[in-house]
Amino acid sequence: MSASSNKISVYVSRGNCLSPMGIDVTENMNGLIQGEIGISKIVDQKLQEDSFYGAIVDKNRLHTSFQELNYVGEYSDLEKMMLITVDKIKSEFKVLFKDDCGLIISTTKGNIDELSSEVDEENYALYGLANKIKNTIGIATEPIVLSNACVSGVMAISVAKRLIQSGSYKHFVIIGADVFSKFVFSGFQSFQAISNQPCKPYDKSRDGITLGEAAAAIFVTKNKSLIDNQPFYELIGDSSINDANHISGPSRTGEGLFKSISNAIKEAETDKIDMISSHGTATNYNDEMEAQAFNRASLQDVPLFSLKSCFGHTLGAAGLLETVIALNFSTRNMIPPSIGYEEHGVTLPLNVSKSFQQKEINVILKTASGFGGSNTAVLFRKGKSNEK
Amino acid sequence: MEEVIQPFYLEKENRMKNNIIHYCNIKDGSVSVNGKSLYVNTVEKDFLSFIKTVYKQFDLAYPKFYKMDPLCKLSIVAASILLENTGSEIDPNMALVLSNKSSCIDIDRKHQETISQEADSYASPANFVYTLPNIALGEISIKYKLQSENSFFIFEYFNPKFLIDYTNSLIDLGKSNRVLSGWVEVNENNYNAFLFIVEKSDGIELTQKNLIKLK
Repeated sequence: MSASSNKISVYVSRGNCLSPMGIDVTENMNGLIQGEIGISKIVDQKLQEDSFYGAIVDKNRLHTSFQELNYVGEYSDLEKMMLITVDKIKSEFKVLFKDDCGLIISTTKGNIDELSSEVDEENYALYGLANKIKNTIGIATEPIVLSNACVSGVMAISVAKRLIQSGSYKHFVIIGADVFSKFVFSGFQSFQAISNQPCKPYDKSRDGITLGEAAAAIFVTKNKSLIDNQPFYELIGDSSINDANHISGPSRTGEGLFKSISNAIKEAETDKIDMISSHGTATNYNDEMEAQAFNRASLQDVPLFSLKSCFGHTLGAAGLLETVIALNFSTRNMIPPSIGYEEHGVTLPLNVSKSFQQKEINVILKTASGFGGSNTAVLFRKGKSNEK
Repeated sequence: MEEVIQPFYLEKENRMKNNIIHYCNIKDGSVSVNGKSLYVNTVEKDFLSFIKTVYKQFDLAYPKFYKMDPLCKLSIVAASILLENTGSEIDPNMALVLSNKSSCIDIDRKHQETISQEADSYASPANFVYTLPNIALGEISIKYKLQSENSFFIFEYFNPKFLIDYTNSLIDLGKSNRVLSGWVEVNENNYNAFLFIVEKSDGIELTQKNLIKLK
């Protein structure tokens, strides 16, 4: 008997998130619906002499909220963001943490700004971060760090699904997070990839990315009854195919993304997709590459939006944060606008959402692409909840 | 009738399982494939000097090697030696599942040094682009034109259970027929690469015990 002929179904809850827009998913959704964005003009001379645009979490609010959790010990801002975000999942499913429950930490750089010779390796190494989170929330299994550039957050969902389907785990807690660091900011500046305005995905005048910081968390399980008292989603297809083209530039033909989407659709046995939460970084090459891939997959008419113009590019958190937001919009049968999109700026047609639309949403495609030629596509289908 | 001596692992019950068909180690100044030592250089204690002698010894002729960060250098050299010294056909759908402890710490340090200097310090894009561990997957994919599943994981210690679980899931769920999996760790002059190829054919049984033994 092959596993694929008798595949285990895997489900996710709508999750939680923390960003400059709010301390939890409710605040974030309320802000988005009111048309707010998390990007603002930042003055921080440690990062750059001139002001710049970024999406940075209010640290006073962060520290106050963290105190309410009553953890003892030293925690970095990144760790506080992760622990606040996962707390809802922890209080609901703590009893399962001692069971076959895995933990995936999705991050690109973790506590990288701690990197210096005077500091112990555990303080900046990714494994140190993972161990600390695992011990603090009380997960019994060895923590898994997935560090796969900007696709990490979406790929983490896919990895969890596969490890549950192959019988290695029953549940997963996934936490995705990255902070706004000098390390990353200076690097993207050296690429001249930072926008002089809040980024404008798919728009004609787009001129690069805006960086952000955020955390997101989601619970993945094969046991539907654990989460069907609230809106939930089934993971129905997933794939991550490398472009094999360039380490920092996306493929001009969108090859890897196209293949990832096609594979996910094939597995899901449906091409009826109601909305796409895309990557949309607002660099020239990325958005153009996505347009190529979505057209090759005949998805150019499906309503699509990028959330980078609200949250900035949050790297290892991005895919998970955007999934959480997309699923929460889907629950409300709403398609959000892709902020900053005014004049079509890619060479092929795309149905970029310009305003809030009310529409029945059942199947959602989430995509991401990143350095190293990485691409990921995951398809979600709305479950029938027993919500009272 | 001439007697055919079969390798110890060719047992029929293994045939439809996911087995290790080839493996490669680079550690302690030596390079071996399928357990056979192919090169030893215990003189060069410095990792970058050592890996350059390996690159030259195996005639890898891939000048991009010189631009890479230490993690990519170790990964591309180990993968090239494994793929080119075992006569294995390059399968463009072969998945890559790599892991280590220190991510890409050496290039991270280098980038951090350039940005923490006072005035007139500018980050180098040539360094920054390598400050993600999965770039090593991208480099292997580019060299061998692998349009396949790619993921990079970090663990404090070599984690054979995870590598087995994830590798099996890729094959058993039909994501890939063949997986190049393993551990590629570099932190200054401490290095260790252990890569292995898994598919459904005759080979060494994919068990934690075997992986620990072969590493």
